[in-house]
Amino acid sequence: MKSRKLAALAVVATLASSSAIADLVFPSLSYRTGPYAANGIPFADGYADYFTLINQRDGGLGGENLKLLECETGYNTQKGVECYESTKGEGALVYQPLSTGITYQLIPKASADGIPIHSMGYGRTSAANGKVFEHVFNYPVNYWNGASVAINHFLDQGSLDGKTVALVYHNSAYGKEPIRTLQELSKKHGFSLTEIPVDHPGQEQKSQWLQIRRERPDYVIMYGWGVMNQVAIQEAANIRFNMENFMGIWWSGSENDVIPAGAKANGYKALTFHNTGAGYPVFADIQEYVVDKGMAAGAGDQIGTVLYNRGMYAAMLAVEAARTAQEIHGTMAINASQMRDGMEALEITEEKMAALGLAGFGPSFSVSCENHGGPGNAAVQQWDAAAKKWNLITEFTPSDMDVIGALIEEDSAAYAAENSITPRSCS
Amino acid sequence: MFYRESGDFKTKYVDDNQTFPIKLDRLGYYAIIAIAFLVVPFVINDYWANAVMVPFLILSIAAIGLNILIGYCGQVSLGTGGFMAVGAYACYKLMTSFPEMSIFFCVLISGGITALVGVLFGLPSLRIKGFYLAVATLAAQFFLVWLFNKVPWFYNYSASGQINAPERAVFDFLVTGPNATAASKYLFCLVFVFILAWIARNLTRGRVGRSWMAIRDMDIAAEIIGVNPLKTKLSAFAVSSFFIGIAGALFFSVYLGAVEVGEAFGITQSFLVLFMVIIGGLGSIFGSFAGAAFLVLMPVFLKNVMVGGLGWPTDIAAHLEFVIVGGLIVFFLIVEPHGLAQLWRLAKEKLRLWPFPH
Repeated sequence: MKSRKLAALAVVATLASSSAIADLVFPSLSYRTGPYAANGIPFADGYADYFTLINQRDGGLGGENLKLLECETGYNTQKGVECYESTKGEGALVYQPLSTGITYQLIPKASADGIPIHSMGYGRTSAANGKVFEHVFNYPVNYWNGASVAINHFLDQGSLDGKTVALVYHNSAYGKEPIRTLQELSKKHGFSLTEIPVDHPGQEQKSQWLQIRRERPDYVIMYGWGVMNQVAIQEAANIRFNMENFMGIWWSGSENDVIPAGAKANGYKALTFHNTGAGYPVFADIQEYVVDKGMAAGAGDQIGTVLYNRGMYAAMLAVEAARTAQEIHGTMAINASQMRDGMEALEITEEKMAALGLAGFGPSFSVSCENHGGPGNAAVQQWDAAAKKWNLITEFTPSDMDVIGALIEEDSAAYAAENSITPRSCS
Repeated sequence: MFYRESGDFKTKYVDDNQTFPIKLDRLGYYAIIAIAFLVVPFVINDYWANAVMVPFLILSIAAIGLNILIGYCGQVSLGTGGFMAVGAYACYKLMTSFPEMSIFFCVLISGGITALVGVLFGLPSLRIKGFYLAVATLAAQFFLVWLFNKVPWFYNYSASGQINAPERAVFDFLVTGPNATAASKYLFCLVFVFILAWIARNLTRGRVGRSWMAIRDMDIAAEIIGVNPLKTKLSAFAVSSFFIGIAGALFFSVYLGAVEVGEAFGITQSFLVLFMVIIGGLGSIFGSFAGAAFLVLMPVFLKNVMVGGLGWPTDIAAHLEFVIVGGLIVFFLIVEPHGLAQLWRLAKEKLRLWPFPH
């Protein structure tokens, strides 16, 4: 029968594709197709290029070659599962799916298989509680930190008492994440919160922005991704919403999102947890060792953009964690569980960043057994449409951990109860 | 030469009425069942179960369900994703509200709940037909997804609106959750597929199936000869939704484990199952399997060949995958508008006459 024949052929193909496990394997569940491709491509390129740089410039990590296994998910959970299953047997050290939906999917699976997940600035926020989520990390920041830093930024401009904040969000696990935090913060600071969902993929937002135009909220926070960001910024410009009062999460703050709206996007703000621009020594190295040699994952023209830098930053953190793991365990060929220990002991200091050619690029932080989320410091950047450039307008500031810590405790306890996990002790 | 009726004497009416009257067919069927139950569980690994077999089996159930509605009863539906979501959320609520209930019954009851919802949304079919009905069921699709997003009770007030399947076991073998083995997941789905396909096959051969087909072929004539359209149409909606609900429950609990309604059960899911039915062949149980196999295995196979085998960039492979699968769909439908099932039927006809075609 047809199905059996196909299955037999697929067996052959899978067998043919398996390779030696001698390298340090980093799977990249990327998406270069579909409605989120515009954001997925620069991130995947940045992620890939950094590994190529380490291989080319340093001859690998401690002599071990770094191998990138790329698998296309199209931001689709089912394909994400297929990618996970097909790569986990190849000695995968850490998964960075760049999708909250896929992260949720992989948290139980990867925990059972003992492979760490690093969801940098996305995924399940309460995974910051390392006692419950042993294999999941979301340093240096998470969604709830983002919501709180945004509110703090508005608070700096005056009291929020009696004001209205609207949350325009991607109607998915990702977009819903900040709601609880914002509700708590609205009680604390006395503002009222309007929740405005936008369904995937967010191509059509006329009614949402009509509602904003009618209700005139004082501030708008956006948790968007992919094409939704561009449309929202365009619509905000169309209703002449003051861009100064419009703030996106770090996933709604790349060049791709603001350029289509042209000059009208001037003044749009977004959170970030790292710096932008190509003015760091590491990018010169990438240019020299990767791009000029024709080994770049993309066209090489994305260097310095927000998402390329973020992909590179994610790869850098993964490599540093692997280096830490090698030091702890005294072996170069680490496995996934040793990688996990490395991630838990990761410490990023100013000196380390400077040595990597990234002085001042991101905050310094350390990860611990209880805290897999890092300190949660984020900065606000603002778009300068004339110069086509993002400028940091604040320092990396802390968030309201009184509110967030309690929520993380509550949500992770619920997860532990649901899945009968006994939180491990960290002393 | 082979595949003959000659020499295969039927001495009882029961023999004449069996599902596979030709001996070779019957043997082939037994062989496939034996391999599926006795061999595959011992050789299957995580990748094969989670990426290929489990989705194939689950979507086969959904395709059979939709085939009953469209292929046998002629009621076009675009609400499959929504009905699968009903099954999934019903299963989640049952699993979390009654932790001691067996997962087997959770899945069955989810199917029952979906059947009720299906009947409710099938009511318009009594007044409208064809494209108009398709649009009415499209409303069901959007309404149900919206509902599960909007009302926090359905996802137990979790922060993200995701539902997660807790661990459940059948006879001490875990079938849901991350620690379930490949074989137990596969077997659990296979048992459902076997029972449901068997029921569907026999339903469609009997009185109920014939009344569905009478309504499909000409509803006025059917009504005149005494087929009650209300009962017939609603029973088709109920049975179809029951199947789709079970598929949804399995899709959530066994296959994915965590689900976000808009993503897993969106309109694309409805179209996927509809394409399976059309490519496989309307009004054929085998066609449902063939269609599901085609649309589940083909992309995985192409991906493995292009990325794994030939080492092409993933984005080019992903785009080519769309082109090839799309092209094949067009090709098959031009060559054989009645789907893969008809190709199979023709092949069998030819085989029976071979090597003397006249």
